[in-house]
Amino acid sequence: MSDPKHRTIKVDYLARVEGEGSLYVKLKGNQVQDVKLKIFEPPRLFEAFLRGRHFSEVPDIVARICGICPVAYQMSAVHALERALEIHVDPAVRLLRRLFYCGEWIESHALHVYMLHAPDFLGYQDFIQMAPDHRHIVERALRLKKIGNLIMTILGGREIHPVSVAVGGFYKVPARRDLLPLVDDLKWALQASLETAKWVAGFEFPDFEQDYEFVSLSHPSEYPLNEGRIVSNRGLNIGASEYEKYFIEQHVQHSNALHSILRGRGSYKVGPMARFNLNFEKLPDVAKEAARECGLSLPCRNPFRSIVVRAIELVFACHEALRVIEEYQPPSAPRQQVPVHSSVGQAATEAPRGLLYHHYKLDQEGLIILAKIVPPTSQNQKRIEDDLWQFVPRLAEMPTEEIRWKCEQAVRNYDPCISCATHFLRLNLEREQP
Amino acid sequence: MTFQVIGCGNLDRGDDAAGLLVARRLRQLGVPAQEQSGEAFVLMESLASAEKVVLVDAVAAEGEPGAVQVWNANLVPLPRESFCCSTHAFGVREAVELARILGRLPLTLIVYGIAGRNFQMNASLSPEVAGAVERAAQRIAADFFGAAPTKNAFAGAVKEII
Repeated sequence: MSDPKHRTIKVDYLARVEGEGSLYVKLKGNQVQDVKLKIFEPPRLFEAFLRGRHFSEVPDIVARICGICPVAYQMSAVHALERALEIHVDPAVRLLRRLFYCGEWIESHALHVYMLHAPDFLGYQDFIQMAPDHRHIVERALRLKKIGNLIMTILGGREIHPVSVAVGGFYKVPARRDLLPLVDDLKWALQASLETAKWVAGFEFPDFEQDYEFVSLSHPSEYPLNEGRIVSNRGLNIGASEYEKYFIEQHVQHSNALHSILRGRGSYKVGPMARFNLNFEKLPDVAKEAARECGLSLPCRNPFRSIVVRAIELVFACHEALRVIEEYQPPSAPRQQVPVHSSVGQAATEAPRGLLYHHYKLDQEGLIILAKIVPPTSQNQKRIEDDLWQFVPRLAEMPTEEIRWKCEQAVRNYDPCISCATHFLRLNLEREQP
Repeated sequence: MTFQVIGCGNLDRGDDAAGLLVARRLRQLGVPAQEQSGEAFVLMESLASAEKVVLVDAVAAEGEPGAVQVWNANLVPLPRESFCCSTHAFGVREAVELARILGRLPLTLIVYGIAGRNFQMNASLSPEVAGAVERAAQRIAADFFGAAPTKNAFAGAVKEII
């Protein structure tokens, strides 16, 4: 600290976000001068190299976008392509897809709640450092995650980058007897999720609320996973085919990921808090009751409480998985024949981190002419910066090290999945005297 | 007694392929070896199900690229600075250290770390690392599967550079 007027702090990496990026905060006295979430992960170019590929290859290609949420990419892709090709899948296939998504939510939410986010609240550098003091909690986290992965393995052939999803259904569907062994595990997971919710509800949360525009899917009778209209708490109510009329992507110099904004309105928030606030009534009673016991009230606008909301979604996902298994009878055929014609289709589904939009245009041979993919972290990117603009002034009196810690925590509220390659988040905090 | 050799890494990221290439070379030499991405939870399952494990992974270069460091992970923790480039937040080091805390380490765990130089997407393997892959494979084959396995090969030093 040689110059008291300018302070720059660098954190080489933060291992609890996914992807390669950095955070830059410039303070002048208590005033924030600049906030930039810089994503320097190289462009992935998936939209470009999908062009010219046959539509049937898309689910396997897009699964490679993410090792944590491959099902989300597969689900948005097949729904968009089925819409384009006017396919209506068997109700049993629809149920199986919900179960598949529940598996991904369980493994992804367990990972984030316990291993990435909880150490922030408990004052540990990471999950490994936390483990000796909370061994039974760690055992619970590992078993929960494993159960999510097991669902993905049974339905997808393997737990990462599954290979069973097809346009029109699945390449192979399980028999009922294949799913029944999951029941005992899921009953345990439901109880474990309720305990998770109680545990995280006891953390201390900064007193910080924002007036968000929440955006998520909304279905008439279900907590949303694969289907529904895109709605917000400020009156948005559109089909996926209208998405690009309302949402635009902008290039900003400091990020290789495009910033999404609502046209004429600015940043918005997708993810568990958006789903929870917009779909609370669709949660099963056990999740609603757990939310009340955890002190969550509507609307929940404190982003630090997202860890509690994720835990409530864990309760939902376990309960829903049990419901689906109870109801499931295999379809008459794993997948439908798909007649090909030139067409266009869009769909959005709910990835663990929020709304995931896909848009495809096909030629008469079924080859992809255009592909557009808008992931949830891209949509939340500007909102993360907006949170920090509001949050950092409250921290300005704190030592720089503590500001850094709190900023990182604020970013992790969003469970950002910047990419699936490396995972550096460098934080540069520059302080200037007024 | 169950014994597994596991090579971890990513074929598409330059020298990060080293662990996988050692596993492939070992199979050419007649030694059973499996390949994994290094995803922590899958690796933890493997660690918990074997009594003796030899694990091979690329590491961030402390010294010269191509140096092969050998740790007896039963005796020392894996250094964070060497194992910092894993996919997502949990990789080889996290798997080993979490398994240690939970009492799930195999009785013997020897970790070979091959110092890499270039971990960029689509980079080719550095020549020094290619040499190190061969050296590590020959050493593992001789120490653990040779006609006259090295006495106390499992005991090893706390840390050794070959």
